[in-house]
Amino acid sequence: MEKPLTQHLRKDTKPLSLKEYEQVGGYQSLRKVMKMTPQEVQSVVKDSNLKGRGGAGFSTGLKWSFVPMNVPKPKYLIANADEMEPGTFKDRILLEQTPHQLIEGMIIASFAIQANESFVFLRWAYKNAAKAITKAIQEAHEAGYLGKNILSSGYDLEMHLHTGVGRYMCGEETALLNSLEGKRATPRAKPPFPQISGLFGKPTIVNNVETLCCLPHIINNGAGWFKKLSLTQDSGTKIYGVSGKVKKPGAWELPMGVTLRELIEEHAGGMMDGLRFRGALPGGASTDFLVEEHLDVKMDFAGVAEAGSRLGTGTIVVLDDKTCPVGFVKNLEHFFAQESCGFCTPCREGLPWIEKILNSIEIGDGRTEDIKLLEAHTRLLGPGNTFCALAPGAMEPLQSALKYFKKDFEKHVQDKGCSYSKKSKLQFTN
Amino acid sequence: MLSKEEIKEIDEAIRLVPYKKAASIEALKVVQQHRQWVSDESLKEVASYLEMSAEDLDSVATFYNLIFRQPVGRHIILVCDSISCWVMGHEKIKEKLSERLKIDYGQTTKDGRFTLLPNPCLGTCDCAPAIMVGNDLYRNLSIDQLEGILSKYE
Repeated sequence: MEKPLTQHLRKDTKPLSLKEYEQVGGYQSLRKVMKMTPQEVQSVVKDSNLKGRGGAGFSTGLKWSFVPMNVPKPKYLIANADEMEPGTFKDRILLEQTPHQLIEGMIIASFAIQANESFVFLRWAYKNAAKAITKAIQEAHEAGYLGKNILSSGYDLEMHLHTGVGRYMCGEETALLNSLEGKRATPRAKPPFPQISGLFGKPTIVNNVETLCCLPHIINNGAGWFKKLSLTQDSGTKIYGVSGKVKKPGAWELPMGVTLRELIEEHAGGMMDGLRFRGALPGGASTDFLVEEHLDVKMDFAGVAEAGSRLGTGTIVVLDDKTCPVGFVKNLEHFFAQESCGFCTPCREGLPWIEKILNSIEIGDGRTEDIKLLEAHTRLLGPGNTFCALAPGAMEPLQSALKYFKKDFEKHVQDKGCSYSKKSKLQFTN
Repeated sequence: MLSKEEIKEIDEAIRLVPYKKAASIEALKVVQQHRQWVSDESLKEVASYLEMSAEDLDSVATFYNLIFRQPVGRHIILVCDSISCWVMGHEKIKEKLSERLKIDYGQTTKDGRFTLLPNPCLGTCDCAPAIMVGNDLYRNLSIDQLEGILSKYE
């Protein structure tokens, strides 16, 4: 089984140095690219059917193709390394351990859109990644992979690291651009799309870290090879992760399209002793629950969508039978309410209200009509009613919890409180 | 007054952007790095240096949870309170820290040693529960490890 993105990781989890990266074929792909035209690079990536690994799953080649080619400088390429989706820890591995793979991917992407400036937008908490990337950018500069006239091709590219100062919103691409411009991280209206008018009003591409790390391998091995890595029609490998009460939580690079069952039972070692699988968020906090009937769902974009959820980031959070689903969802909605940027009303006002209702239900003050009120909110804050995807994303775990775990909500109301003992005690004292 | 060192670092950030105001977040980070937090006075100095209003800069500063507009302790403890850490029992970690340091979220110990804050997902969910103290990440935590961790910070 091929694991192009992670096969060369060091056992001690330290970052691969430039020399180590070059020894395993690093920057060979860049050499190839420097002899290609930007259009050729774009068409290989388009043919590979690479889809964005940050959550939205949009075709990377297609996204690039909207960038105008014959326009004055500057254009920008940004690596979205603001990994803040709760339950998600996949990009951290790539950022900390293979910084040169990301840099090579970024140079390839920059060349494909003819950008001469690039940024890594890294979240504050990833301190080891910041160190690794700072060092790697310097090494790449010294080796002639960055800066003026890269590998004597005449192509110039500068790269900078920007570390954020918090806020989930920064992961949304237009909010990220505002933040890079020194503003509050609120989303922008689209159109114009960032490909036309992005950072400082210039054409800009924002790609996820894992997406960018796929590029050197696609160039080296071809679009056909990348497609064959997968078990399904969505190409490539995927870094999947599992957290929650399983025996061996972790992250693994696997062919795109393995089943949820394989991830949980084989890779994560199954549930901890004495616990049963109740459900899972397949791709971070803003995805709909999948439950037991979905264990054989193929974890690719189409498979998870067919089951009524989203692949999202592909990092799974497991709910077990001894953990309260109402408390679980309350924790998620607390996060979303806190992280709402406050820019549009339904999100700013609706999410705290939802959190309060869930809290009432959890501590035994819930009324029967509260459940209907929650259901109404999943529509009121759904797609089309808010400025960006934060609130609709927040509604995904709630609407599916109300569908699959409704009896738990009703029981909380009837019993005036939570019967999942351990958690409820803590909730009461809060 | 901004120090020479602060001005030098802010200038480096300005160099990368088309106009001064765009370096506002970097400038706030520089000041916080040197002074632990951003006081009203520091905020006004930075705003004037970036040729923007203090109100405008404050709207940026108060948006981001890791820019501190109140005095903080020498070491910031961030407790991950997101979903995987919640499932794995982060509340016990928080309770123990609160009990030991006699502070709740948002508060600083009397000796100015620690400030306790909740933080969204620290991105290490397979090793939950997790906290950060300053720049250091601690994962797979149990409450009996906390005393040893705290003792590392003066």
